Amino acid sequence: MQVHQYDVIIVGAGGAGMRAAIESGQRARTAVLTKLYPTRSHTGAAQGGMCAALANVEEDNWEWHTFDTVKGGDYLVDQDAAEVMAKEAIDAVLDLEKMGLPFNRTPEGKIDQRRFGGHTRDHGKSPVRRSCYAADRTGHMILQTLYQNCVKHGVEFYNEFYVLDLAMTEVDGVRRPAGVVAYELATGEVHLFQAKSVVFATGGVGKVFKTTSNAHTLTGDGMAVAYNRGIPLEDMEFFQFHPTGLAGLGILLSEAARGEGAILRNSDGERFMERYAPTIKDLAPRDIVARSMANEVREGRGCGPNKDYVLLDLTHLEPAHIDAKLPDITEFARTYLGVEPYTEPVPVFPTAHYAMGGIPTNIGAEVLADNDNVIPGLYAAGEVACVSVHGSNRLGTNSLLDINVFGKRAGIAAAEYSKTADFVELPEGAEGDTVALLEKMRTSDGTERIGAIRKDLQELMDANVQVFRTDETLREALDEIAKLRERYNNVGIQDRGKRFNLDLLEAVELNFLLELAEVISVAAIHRKESRGGHFREDFPDRDDEGFMHHTMTYLDPDSETDGIKGMRLETKPVIVTRYQPMERKY
Amino acid sequence: MSTDTSTETPEPASKIDLPDHVAGDSGSIPSFDCTFQIARFDPEQDEEAHWEEYKVTMYGTDRVLDALHKIKWEEDGSLSFRRSCAHGVCGSDAMRINGRNRLACKTLLKDLDTSKTITVEAIKGLPLEKDLIVDMEPFFQSYREVMPFLITSGHEPTRERLQSAEQREAFDDTTKCILCAACTSSCPVFWTDGQYFGPAAIVNAHRFIFDSRDEGGDMRLEILNDKEGVWRCRTTFNCTEACPRGIEITKAIAEVKQAVLQRAF
Ligand SMILES: Cc1cc2nc3c(=O)[nH]c(=O)nc-3n(C[C@H](O)[C@H](O)[C@H](O)COP(=O)(O)OP(=O)(O)OC[C@H]3O[C@@H](n4cnc5c(N)ncnc54)[C@H](O)[C@@H]3O)c2cc1C
Ligand code: SF4
Ligand code: FES
Repeated sequence: MQVHQYDVIIVGAGGAGMRAAIESGQRARTAVLTKLYPTRSHTGAAQGGMCAALANVEEDNWEWHTFDTVKGGDYLVDQDAAEVMAKEAIDAVLDLEKMGLPFNRTPEGKIDQRRFGGHTRDHGKSPVRRSCYAADRTGHMILQTLYQNCVKHGVEFYNEFYVLDLAMTEVDGVRRPAGVVAYELATGEVHLFQAKSVVFATGGVGKVFKTTSNAHTLTGDGMAVAYNRGIPLEDMEFFQFHPTGLAGLGILLSEAARGEGAILRNSDGERFMERYAPTIKDLAPRDIVARSMANEVREGRGCGPNKDYVLLDLTHLEPAHIDAKLPDITEFARTYLGVEPYTEPVPVFPTAHYAMGGIPTNIGAEVLADNDNVIPGLYAAGEVACVSVHGSNRLGTNSLLDINVFGKRAGIAAAEYSKTADFVELPEGAEGDTVALLEKMRTSDGTERIGAIRKDLQELMDANVQVFRTDETLREALDEIAKLRERYNNVGIQDRGKRFNLDLLEAVELNFLLELAEVISVAAIHRKESRGGHFREDFPDRDDEGFMHHTMTYLDPDSETDGIKGMRLETKPVIVTRYQPMERKY
Repeated sequence: MSTDTSTETPEPASKIDLPDHVAGDSGSIPSFDCTFQIARFDPEQDEEAHWEEYKVTMYGTDRVLDALHKIKWEEDGSLSFRRSCAHGVCGSDAMRINGRNRLACKTLLKDLDTSKTITVEAIKGLPLEKDLIVDMEPFFQSYREVMPFLITSGHEPTRERLQSAEQREAFDDTTKCILCAACTSSCPVFWTDGQYFGPAAIVNAHRFIFDSRDEGGDMRLEILNDKEGVWRCRTTFNCTEACPRGIEITKAIAEVKQAVLQRAF
């Protein structure tokens, strides 16, 4: 087995990982481990934009941006973190421009800005142009620009290395990261990477759902690895369903479409958002629009043979305008549904999009061991983390922002930490669990198939844990997940080889998905209120007295809550600085 | 590209009449049977690749990637290929489908002739690793050699560098590249001479050479004036036809050739 040593190990090469690497790589000996080639990361799929109160096209300031973020998150946002993000947004965008990002420009040659859901002037008065963008390829441009700058700075990558475990050692009563265990796809070898600090930037977990905008590879690896090492997961019940996925496919049509003037209609041709959000209508936050759409379908006003979707109407927009601002997403509609958006409305339905929850961190991107203590040397940033700047519902454009602001912070902090800290000794046989698991899987010859279990899991989650939830549907999900986990014990894989064994890795990823589906469902059972992305039909109102707190889920074999074994749920206070909770109306 | 931000579109109607085929029943989803020949290669057992046949039933808007998944997930888990985003933005799954380089996730089965056997094999010109997977390292090496990053001198401005919409437009096309290698691995020059930079590297050099903010153009042009550079291009247009992002690669290469001549060293 090969053992490597670096000051800083960054796990993941999406926007968050590479933004961290650019900082860390210039300060300390850094390596980036990534299961995909960096430019394959799902940041590249982001379309609409990245918000910052540059005020390039109209009056704006970061305080308004903070307020929108807090209100959009239905007051579960940690306000100190939202403030940091909105303030640093301006430099984050300017940094990217200086690194070469080709933003769209105003007639004066400045970075252009456009509207996006939930972003308003002066505390909700009217929509504001805050989103900086490069057509509808903003994420692609960010990912390319960050990779280009990693090439420029000679950042060291280990491509197609899957991190499957985190080695932790207790030093003077404090648990610290000692390194990570990684599997090399090309050879099937297990490697140990010793490091003084470790940054997790592994992205989201959309593949627990069937209809999703997320890539096949977004299986929540970082969250599951941390959870299995006793690190809590925060606010996992909050998952964002983006209103406009291509019906049946889940491929995203950015909110930028609505930002540029597209609207939603039901089978009566009615612009139904006028009823649900009279002031900002189609530009209401995603949770509200997604539920409104699902409600239209439930009440029989859906379109198509099964009346199971609504329509996104761009037909009143100028084709030239569509081509200039929304070229890629209109191409998706043409390619994948055969619909011409110039002349026909596009079938859409909510798609699982973004995990608000994740590994808890403070504003310094340091991972929390519990409510009061950090794990020295361990950092997380991006979708895998929960700072929490998104609370119970993330505003559009705030994730590309999050990965840049907190990716940068994590990179600097990890490098600085490594300058003063020593290596922590790797625990005896640190790779043991991983090697044993892989060997067991590689030689497994059970009768169950990975593909079948994963499909059943995803359909189960879509049916029971999507935009509408009740105690009953959630408990049903839990019961079924338990059965799926039993079936998983009897799984058989077919590829017995060492080289490029993706069959084996899909099996490992499925285990992560099963674990996280359980965490999501349990956290959702416990939150007996409706807030942001989490809507309980049996508790349709927000309950600030009972639930104005974060959920912290710990793996704990000895615990039992509400008849659910193996998990411990605790709460963490929300940090409130300026804004007291108000009713969320748009 | 229009970057005019002042025009506001008028408020659309609150209610419109939808034609029946849009609002209601638009028929059921057709299914069809497909036969695939897939070039398989197991580096731990095989000397060379061989064809294997698979039959699958597929639906409506299914893509080649869906068929590969169906085979992998239901029939033969050892079938190996890369993929991630599944909608043509990550560049993982370029492969030769019916003899042409394309992304499996962007190739709809209904656009192929499903009455005939569909062939799928790895892209050519890069070392074969397993089944549809090739070694991408030589490809990324050429990319890195053209200095694909913004080069500037002097102090950084406090705000953004200004750039007009026209200046931005000059390199818009080549910013779309997702580094999938469909172009480079369809190029006959590249097949016979692996040292040639290949179209993708030139596309990414173009992206910076024509960026008004960049000052490294001369260095890149010098690199591409090399014997393995732009002059090896024989303008066969294979690359442009293969590019899943619709980049006019041959045009970009011609612009780079022009620039080399104009700046003659
Ligand atoms: C279709 C779509 C459109 C979006 N549009 C917008 C938008 O317009 N604005 C906005 O703000 N947000 C948008 N988002 C959200 C935003 O793009 C993502 O939340 C964000 O890009 C996540 O970045 P990340 O760096 O955390 O993760 P990712 O970019 O997903 O990167 C994850 C990285 O982790 C690596 N990795 C994962 N597991 C392992 C492992 N076990 N070992 C090693 N490496 C691993 C992967 O290789 C990858 O490099 C969009 C999301 C989607 C899906
Ligand atoms: S130019 Fe086109 S074909 Fe070539 S690597 Fe880029 S996206 Fe792929
Ligand atoms: S899977 Fe991403 S381009 Fe095909």
